Amino acid sequence: MIEDIETQNIELQLLLQAIYLKYGYDFRNYAKASVKRRILHRLNKDSFANISAMQHKLLYDVNFFETLLLDLSINVTEMFRDPSFYLALRQKVIPVLKHFPFLKIWHAGCSTGEEVYSMAIVLKEEDLYERTQIYATDMNEVALKQAREGIFPINRLKQYTINYQKAGGKESFSDYYAAHYDHAVMDKSLKENILFSDHNLATDGVFGEMNLILCRNVLIYFNRELQNRAIRLFSESLCPTGFLCLGTKESIRLSEDSEHFEDVVKEERIYQKKH
Amino acid sequence: MFEAVVIGSSAGGIKALTYVLSALPHEFPLPIIIVQHLHPNSDSYLTKILGAKCGLLVKQADEKETIERGIVYLAPPNYHLLIEEDHTFSLSLEGPVNFARPSVDVLFESALFAYRGKLIGIILTGANHDGAQGVKQIKSAGGYIIVQDPATAEAEAMPRAAIVAASVDKILPLDQIGPYLLQLVNRSQSRRHPFE
Ligand SMILES: C[S@@+](CC[C@H](N)C(=O)[O-])C[C@H]1O[C@@H](n2cnc3c(N)ncnc32)[C@H](O)[C@@H]1O
Repeated sequence: MIEDIETQNIELQLLLQAIYLKYGYDFRNYAKASVKRRILHRLNKDSFANISAMQHKLLYDVNFFETLLLDLSINVTEMFRDPSFYLALRQKVIPVLKHFPFLKIWHAGCSTGEEVYSMAIVLKEEDLYERTQIYATDMNEVALKQAREGIFPINRLKQYTINYQKAGGKESFSDYYAAHYDHAVMDKSLKENILFSDHNLATDGVFGEMNLILCRNVLIYFNRELQNRAIRLFSESLCPTGFLCLGTKESIRLSEDSEHFEDVVKEERIYQKKH
Repeated sequence: MFEAVVIGSSAGGIKALTYVLSALPHEFPLPIIIVQHLHPNSDSYLTKILGAKCGLLVKQADEKETIERGIVYLAPPNYHLLIEEDHTFSLSLEGPVNFARPSVDVLFESALFAYRGKLIGIILTGANHDGAQGVKQIKSAGGYIIVQDPATAEAEAMPRAAIVAASVDKILPLDQIGPYLLQLVNRSQSRRHPFE
């Protein structure tokens, strides 16, 4: 059994190398425990004898790779996740952004878009939407496609409404979507200034001159090295005094670029790039 | 011999954990890592309760934090807690496993990979089956499993499921788990350092 673990670790390393060489997606610097879990999950589900057998399939079957890609990119998200974060954003960040004539916001790792629509609602209510360009990116095309559509399962809307209210929402949440029997279609006007596109934090480069970057609940899946890369990328993509927001359990303080950022709201992981 | 203790508990677990942890001394030689099922929005009150009642330092596990002995780590509510091979923590928002996030199975499986078999797993009271799979895996890697006697559990499903899943090493009433754990760990430590 212990021997099996060692062998499995070798196989896992080879598999990630194979994915990178064949398809260009680089998972080699992800936190191993979670990647391993996802791979073993697929292994059991599809009854492969071992990871090597799975690697063989992966190299010759692009459809199987896409399944695995979905397994590996954990797309779980919600609207106004962590309402207290959005409240802090409204109170501490929005008032500063109001001084700018034109704004650029980047959501990195936006998944199926719930976070982006949440931001669009906040911007509308704060009269900032019309002068904002939002860039929403993810490495996962399937998630991006859903994000572009802006259609969400109706059974989640009750929770989102509660979140919206706790997040300092000013209107009636139901004004922002049209309910069809099992799904909710987000209002078209929320999408006008959002550009969804493919971007991989492990392999792609800088996005220019942002006033605000949100990258929430993505860095927890990276190892230290890749976290450093991503934060360097954010630092270089922000204009001076631009804001960076991470997930509730993520911190900039372990990264190499930590000293370039000040705390704005520490508990909510809202930081500001120094001049 | 052992490098870590992992504990899973659910309904009734706060009382049970308090019981077990308060039997351990300040200089307990291993890290203790716990998944207690909680409401997703309950912030850090469990840390406070347990911290007040036991001699060990109790804290919520941070992402990338290095695991140290003599500290009790709790999974943050609404995240899975995993252990890496370099004995640091990872968090994940992967969907619920056995309807639970954090899930005991997720912690136990990753602990087993990180510590190989050198692990003590404990299952306490709970009303679901989370942890049973993890217990089985830890057993097959040569780890040691203690389960709370279902008769003494506020909810017996979780300990019962663990007992069914594998032939566990010890089934004990709640009040004996802490003292037994201490004895077990001391014995194995002294075997490792015969001249200390
Ligand atoms: C748990 S979701 C977070 C969604 C949203 N930000 C939130 O907090 O609710 C993580 C997302 O990160 C994306 N992701 C993971 N690795 C990435 C990478 N290297 N580059 C870009 N996106 C990545 C995944 O595809 C997934 O959609």
